[in-house]
Parts: sequence; C-alpha cells; structure tokens
Amino acid sequence: MGAVGITMPAASSALAPEGRQPAAVGPWRLALRRLRRNYVALFFLAVLVVIVLLCLLAPVYSAHVAGTGPNTNNITGTVSVNGTQQDIVSLSGVPIGPTWGSHYLLGADTNGRDLAVRLLYGGRTSLLIGAVATVIIMILGTLVGLLAGYFRGVVDFILRPLMELIWSFPVVILGVALGTALALGGIGPIKGNSLYIPAVIIGVVYIPYVGKPIRGEVLRLREQDFIDAARVQGMGSWRIMFSELLPNVSSTVIVFLPLILANSILLEAYLSFLGAGVQAPKASWGTLISDGLSFIQSTPTYSLIPGAMLVLTVLSVNVVGDGVRDALDPRAQVRVRG
Amino acid sequence: MAGFIARRLASAVLLLFATSVVVFAIFEVIPSYNPARAIAGREATAVTVAQITQKFGFDKPFYVQYFNTMKLIFTGQIIDYQDNLNVVSQFVHRFPVTLSLVVPAAVIWMLVAIVLGSISALRAGGWLDRGLTVAAVTGVSIPVFLLSATLLYLFAFRLPWFPNTGYVQFGSNPAQWAYHLVLPWLAIAVLFIGFYSRVLRSNALDIVNQDFVRTARAKGLTGRQVFIRHVLRNSLMPIVTLFGLDFATLLGGAALVTEAVFNLPGIGQYEANAIGQLDVPPIMVGAMFTAFFVVLFSALSDVVYALLDPRIRISS
Repeated sequence: MGAVGITMPAASSALAPEGRQPAAVGPWRLALRRLRRNYVALFFLAVLVVIVLLCLLAPVYSAHVAGTGPNTNNITGTVSVNGTQQDIVSLSGVPIGPTWGSHYLLGADTNGRDLAVRLLYGGRTSLLIGAVATVIIMILGTLVGLLAGYFRGVVDFILRPLMELIWSFPVVILGVALGTALALGGIGPIKGNSLYIPAVIIGVVYIPYVGKPIRGEVLRLREQDFIDAARVQGMGSWRIMFSELLPNVSSTVIVFLPLILANSILLEAYLSFLGAGVQAPKASWGTLISDGLSFIQSTPTYSLIPGAMLVLTVLSVNVVGDGVRDALDPRAQVRVRG
Repeated sequence: MAGFIARRLASAVLLLFATSVVVFAIFEVIPSYNPARAIAGREATAVTVAQITQKFGFDKPFYVQYFNTMKLIFTGQIIDYQDNLNVVSQFVHRFPVTLSLVVPAAVIWMLVAIVLGSISALRAGGWLDRGLTVAAVTGVSIPVFLLSATLLYLFAFRLPWFPNTGYVQFGSNPAQWAYHLVLPWLAIAVLFIGFYSRVLRSNALDIVNQDFVRTARAKGLTGRQVFIRHVLRNSLMPIVTLFGLDFATLLGGAALVTEAVFNLPGIGQYEANAIGQLDVPPIMVGAMFTAFFVVLFSALSDVVYALLDPRIRISS
C-alpha cells in the first residue's frame, strides 16, 4: 500500500455511502471537465491536430498533388499559371511566388523546389525535433529535479551548479555553439546532419527550466507527513521517489509539457535560422524562413508562409497549454474572475 | 551584507571560469575543427598551417591552450581567427550599438507591459482582458527573427515609413539614430511585453485576494491607491528577477538575430558571424561577457529584492 496522500478519489469513493451521493470525482476528471468547457483551448487543439495531420500527409501531397519531392530541384523548368508558361526561377535567380494551382501552390525556392511540399516536410521536421526534445527534457528534467530535491546533499551539490551553468548561458548562444560544433562532428554514431542533433541540443538546454521548479517542489513535499509515513512503512528511496513524489509533482510536469514543446519548436527555428540546426537539403520551418529572407522584398510569401505556420503551431500549443494549466489549477476560477 | 557580497563574488568568479571552460571544451571535441586552417586562409600550404599551429600552440594539450587563451583575453590581446581583429576592441567598439538597441527596448517593454498587465488584471475576465491575453500569447509565439523580417517587409518595403537597415550614431544625429532603431526596438520589445504582462496579470490576481489588500481597502484607501501602492508594487517583485536575467543576456549579445536582420553592427552581429565561422575567441569572449552580466544583474536583483521586501533574509 503506497497510496497515502496521493490518490484521494479512491479513498473518498470508498467512504461515500452507496447510492446516496453521486460517485466522487477525482481531480483529474474535474480538470478534464474544466478543459472541455474551455472552447478557445479546444478550438486551438483542433487547429494543432489539423496541422499535425497535414504534416503527416506530406508524402501523399508530394506524390499525388504536387508530383514532386521535397528535394527535387527544377531550376530551368516552367510552370503554367493561368494558361501562360512562367519560369519557376527567373533568370536573375528570383523564385516564382504562389501560383495557387496544384503545382507550386505556394511558389518555389531558389533551387526550383516546390515550397508547399517543403513546407509540409519542414513541418514534420520541426514537429519531430520539438517532440523528441520535449520528451528528453521532461524525462531528464523531472529525474534531475527528483534526485536533487530528494537526496539533497552531494547529489544536489553536483546537479544544482550544473543546472545553474546551463541556465546562465543564453539559450540561443549555447544552442548555436553546440549546434555548429556538432553539425561538423556528430556525436558518436549520430551523423552531423541528423535531425536528432538539434533535438538533443534543445533537450540539454531546457533541462533546468523543468528541473529547477520540480526540485523546489520536491524539497517542500519531502518534509510532509506522507513521506515520513512511507519511510516508516519501510519503502526505499527510489520507491518513495517514483510512487510517492512523482504522482504529486505530475500536475507541474503536465503544466510544463506544452510550454516546453512550444519553446522547443521555437528554439529549433532559431537554431535553423542561424544555420546551427537542421542541415541542408532537409527543410524545417526555421530554414525556410531563413532561406526566404533574402527575397523578403520580391517574394515575401517565401518567408512569411512558413513563418505563419510556425506561429500558428506555437500559438496553438501555448493556448492549449494555458487551458490545461487553468484546468489543473484549483484556483483557476478565482483567477479568471479576479 | 559583507558575507553576502563575498559569496556572490565567489560564485561569480566560479561561474565565469566554468562558462569559459565549457565553451572552450565544446570546440575542443570537434574532430574536424582546425583553427590553424581558418587563420591560414583558403589557399594555405601544409607548411603554413603547420607554422601557424606551432605559433598559436594548437598542438599543445587542452589545459595549456585554455590557459593561453584566457591570458590573451585578460591582457586584451586576443584576436579572432577569421579576420585577425582584436576581439576585445571589437567588443568595446560595438557595445554602444547593442546598448542603443537594448536599453530603449527595455524601457519600452517594461512600461507597456506594466500598463497592459495592470489593465488586464483590473478588467480580469472581461473582453479587454481576453483580447490582451490573445495578443500577449501571440506575441510570445512569434520568434524574434520572424517578427523582425515581418516588420521589415511591412514598414520598410511595403510602406516605406522606416529605413530598412543600418545604424546612425547617437552622437552624430539623435533623430536619425532613433528613426533607424524604431523597428528593431519593436521587434525586441513585443516578445517581452507579451511575457511580462502575463506574469504581471497573474501575480496581481494572486495578490488581490490576499489579506493585506482587504485591510488596505477596509481602512478606506481608494481603488487606485490600493492597486498602485499595494497590489502593483508586490506584483512587480518577481518581474525584477526576470528583467535582470533578460536584460543581461540581451546586453551580452542575445539580440544577435535582430542585429543580423536589421544589419546593426553590434556585438550580437559579431557573435553571429563568429558562430557561423566557428571562430572560437569571439564566441568565448561573448559567452563570458554574457555570463558576467547575468551574474551582475542577478546579484543586483537580489539586492533590490531585499530592499523591497524586508521579509527576505539574505542570510538564509
């Protein structure tokens, strides 16, 4: 029995007299109910799902609509727009803007590649890196926070300065320095142009943002009676950490998850913009914005459409995250009404 | 207080040391990285590269190289590998540009964030609050380089209201200086306005429900007095810490993307170039420069905190 102080719903429903009162509702289900009433958050959740589905369907679009791959060059080709043939890339090197037809829907890039295809494939890259980085950050950040907060002493003495060190570097500069360094050399078996390199870098850079608050919370929780009770029952340190403390910090972890996802996607775009993230010929929203910047005057859609996709994605994640936080926070109602 | 300052100084020195070692180590582990080749240029012979390797001591062990580099930095003799420029004098030369970019932007974002955050908190749950919340979340979701590019497109190319790039020294023409910097200031400020106004709003709403606010109201203060003297003052405290860190990293060159897009010759632009060329000395100096400001401003914000709130015991 390791349920002291963690799972109230089981205990309270056991106490409730049969048939007299409605079954007790746990905090998670209450949170879910609050989230279901938050229509703004639900709308942006739907937007997010649509974006993810579109990006997952990139190969279908590429093969059956656009008829060209994400890395297929076509510098000298032409495309018919309203019945006239136009150069995909003009003689002076300026790519064509949106045609709003099935071929080159959103225009081309400097190599004559279909921008719409690259936008979808780039989205897969951005989302994949964001997701992998988020998983790394949440697992390692939570682990570091639990270890440092629970053991204190020597473990805390080692982990805390490490977090401070990462924390005091500006995120972009640390990320870019690591990215440039690793893009050339790779890490062990992972090649320099692998997508996992930016993911790992972002993972390292954001660990303190999760690790520090969780450490603080664990420091507070470990002094409470239910931990003493667990210790008296003879539970080991690891079991206390994972079956007693972890469930109690889980709402913090869940609140951080969307925030970290949004920031990971943003940082990937930063790194790629500065040439230290996704390496050519692969595309991500960050590299597309960066490529298009030189044509901001002649073909602004080149930069601004990938930019709009990026902002819409991050915005959706942020709004959904706010909804989740409001739903989990017991004071959420107080906050909204002031 | 003396002990507090001494401990702060010790941790500052330690942090600067650790920062420089980490940056140096990152580049040391790259297998294909050869600074001698970068210095020698594209058409160097093997002999020249070997001579440069010898001269700069790139064949020496890690700690010797590190020690030599640090010695050069602190005597102000360090040169970058790409253009053979003196790194320290580059930083000194470029720092006014970064200051012109960051300081007014910081003033703008603090003022606007405090006003918008207060309005949001006072009208919490209303339409104005909802609108401001959406605007704030959007502001936080736009990467600075995209906002810079969009502003450049909209207000320099599409509507030629502002010059597209370039920098004019404050000393030579203050009006032109500001005119050239309006878009970059906005590009930096929007993100922080979004972030800080949200933090301020949620702090203020937490504080509104506390006992001392009820007491203040009960003793007959007007709503305005209660808000400004009691609620706002207390809500600003966490923002002091945030501001210290953000301001410090921006001074250290974190505005590199904005400087790159608007072609402002500040230290961020120098760092961005150095990063692209894997030019270690500017990156090292930049990272240490940033760490210095971070340490300085986090110490300052601790002091401000202690002054603002007598409950905080520094000795703890």
